[in-house]
Amino acid sequence: MTETTDDQNKKIPLQKGTSAKAPADTPSAAEPLLRVRGLVRHFPITKGLLKRQVGAVQAVDGIDFDVRPGETLGVVGESGCGKSTMGRLITRLDEPTGGSVEFQGQDITHLSQGRLRPMRRDVQMIFQDPYGSLNPRHTIGGIVSTPFRLQGVEPEGGVKKEVQRLLELVGLSPEHYNRYPHEFSGGQRQRIGIARALALKPKLVVADEPVSALDVSIQAQVVNLMDDLQEELGLTYVIIAHDLSVIRHVSDRIAVMYLGKIVELADRKALYESPMHPYTKALLSAVPVPDPKRRTQRDRILLKGDVPSPINPPSGCRFRTRCWKATEVCATTEPPLVALRTGHQVACHHPENAADPAPAAGAPGGAGQGPTGK
Amino acid sequence: MTDSSEDKTETAAAGSAAATTTGKAPEPFLQVRDLKVHFRTDDGLVKSVDGLNFSLEKGKTLGIVGESGSGKSVTSLAVMGLHRASRQQRSKVDMSGEIWLDGKELVSADPDEVRRLRGREMAMIFQDPLSALHPFYSVGNQIVEAYRVHNDVDKKTARKRAIEMLDRVGIPQPDKRVDDHPHQFSGGMRQRAMIAMALVNNPELLIADEPTTALDVTVQAQILDLIRDLQKEFGSAVIIITHDLGVVAELADDLLVMYGGRCVERGPAEKVFYEPQHPYTWGLLGSMPRIDRDQTDRLIPVKGSPPSLINVPSGCAFNPRCPYADVPKDNLTRTVRPELREAGGGHSSACHMSQEERERIWTEEIAPKL
Repeated sequence: MTETTDDQNKKIPLQKGTSAKAPADTPSAAEPLLRVRGLVRHFPITKGLLKRQVGAVQAVDGIDFDVRPGETLGVVGESGCGKSTMGRLITRLDEPTGGSVEFQGQDITHLSQGRLRPMRRDVQMIFQDPYGSLNPRHTIGGIVSTPFRLQGVEPEGGVKKEVQRLLELVGLSPEHYNRYPHEFSGGQRQRIGIARALALKPKLVVADEPVSALDVSIQAQVVNLMDDLQEELGLTYVIIAHDLSVIRHVSDRIAVMYLGKIVELADRKALYESPMHPYTKALLSAVPVPDPKRRTQRDRILLKGDVPSPINPPSGCRFRTRCWKATEVCATTEPPLVALRTGHQVACHHPENAADPAPAAGAPGGAGQGPTGK
Repeated sequence: MTDSSEDKTETAAAGSAAATTTGKAPEPFLQVRDLKVHFRTDDGLVKSVDGLNFSLEKGKTLGIVGESGSGKSVTSLAVMGLHRASRQQRSKVDMSGEIWLDGKELVSADPDEVRRLRGREMAMIFQDPLSALHPFYSVGNQIVEAYRVHNDVDKKTARKRAIEMLDRVGIPQPDKRVDDHPHQFSGGMRQRAMIAMALVNNPELLIADEPTTALDVTVQAQILDLIRDLQKEFGSAVIIITHDLGVVAELADDLLVMYGGRCVERGPAEKVFYEPQHPYTWGLLGSMPRIDRDQTDRLIPVKGSPPSLINVPSGCAFNPRCPYADVPKDNLTRTVRPELREAGGGHSSACHMSQEERERIWTEEIAPKL
């Protein structure tokens, strides 16, 4: 470990100058920073003394996506759709049941904790609950300097100076170094969490509901801060949230999840202006708009019932039980996630804003789908 | 509830009698005047609500918006009389002002009397249905209890009524689900069950405190629709408390924006949304990412954080965060507390800036950036 320490010592100052725009400009720009293929996480349900497995919560059930350097990928979905589990899998806080996660070309799916450690420097997480994620008995200085200690990194100018710089970076005062978490408000605590995540100059930051515990006015402060930091440090974000307005504001591309699957993945503009999956459409129409005049005009799609249990998801398309367009195909064949337009992937037999991807439709990359698919 | 039979005879007359006995000009159904709710704590006096006025007619919906700690929930609990329900609570809270509900004053009323009104004339839906429902009793039992407290009927009739209510709020197979326990319901269904419980006695005032905050958007849309339909059907007055401007835009006729325990702006929803008068309201609108616009620009947050209710800033409570605090002369914002001033059309706000100044700032500086 001591060797890598020295190594890191030299690397860190080097990174400082170049990090801002480097990832996007390097020849490897086309290479995704994170590549996820067929990711699966089933939580076993056991019964009896022998812990016989009787079933599984299929929290994440086969998802594929890439995260490109410098972009913000938003992940939305209702509670229980597996978005948080996905976040924990790509940061390797949890080990996938199947599939693979590649970070910068390296397969990290089943690495041991020790082998993961160097990767941890580049992948950091911001948590939802600013109260639960900071140890109440540690000072702010202690909390923000922990990453340095764990990684054996000695930043230029000493840990204290670096921590104070980080605190300033996130809009706190360097004098806060010796204070405790309880002395701070929710928004400030979230800033502390962000400072800690940024301590080691990560490449990828996974933020799980970073603003949902905050008040509206504070939420805007944190959203802006994350925006600024991304520009300044050339960060790549995966932002997981249930709030479609926030996601629209922060993301470049958006993945919509439903019951452990990605049902639609597209650029922000495409997704919000012409959603293809009925679920996305219903989700967007359900968001209350702060505009009293639109109350009467909008045609809202009211979905029936609740999200089915991830223990026994419906056969075929998982959304079919609540979908108004469902037909027999939907019950028998699971629609694959295919690109119906450039950069707009959707998993549906009867997509909106597009012709049905029946064999004749000639959708690009639409092989192996439709009623005769299986 | 030994005297429930006596109650019932009263109930029948209550509606018509109350209106005539006051003998004054037609009063609003609910009127709150100079309400103050202060809590005595070890750290000092927490002025959660400090001089609040509003009124509400039957069939109308009032939206109360504000951030955490602005006093919106305390207001609703005060109307329900829940700050003074037990002796222990009464020893810790100072309440003053007047709350007139259908001709009856509630602040000075005997807690027992308020208890008889609670559930029958006014009911509440809470944010978290899982903790608001009792985990040990079946959903049906809890609705039956709420009904029998105020109505002298046998269990069978009450159960029928419970099933009827569950059906009305859209629970599938209500005759079977009535015997389920809250943990067997999903989040949205629990909230529906709670609405059924709140409405079982046809209350004339329904207070919904963040009714959809714990729910997913698709379920939220269902619940908001349900509340709207039920209001139309029962013609009750509804107060909806939320931090989500989208939710109030869906439901509210009138809006009340709270900050630091006081109302900073009040008026018809459209006025408040399209011609907001108070810098805090501007801040709220600017902080909010919009789903209906492709807004790539930055949000305009309110700087700083909400005030402590123990040491509320002198003058206008918003002055440390207000970008226009220096516009009024003589340091007014920091010394004198602004009162609500009428701005036309039932729209008023509490700000020292003149209406012309505010209108200019809104149209020239704020609105173009939203």
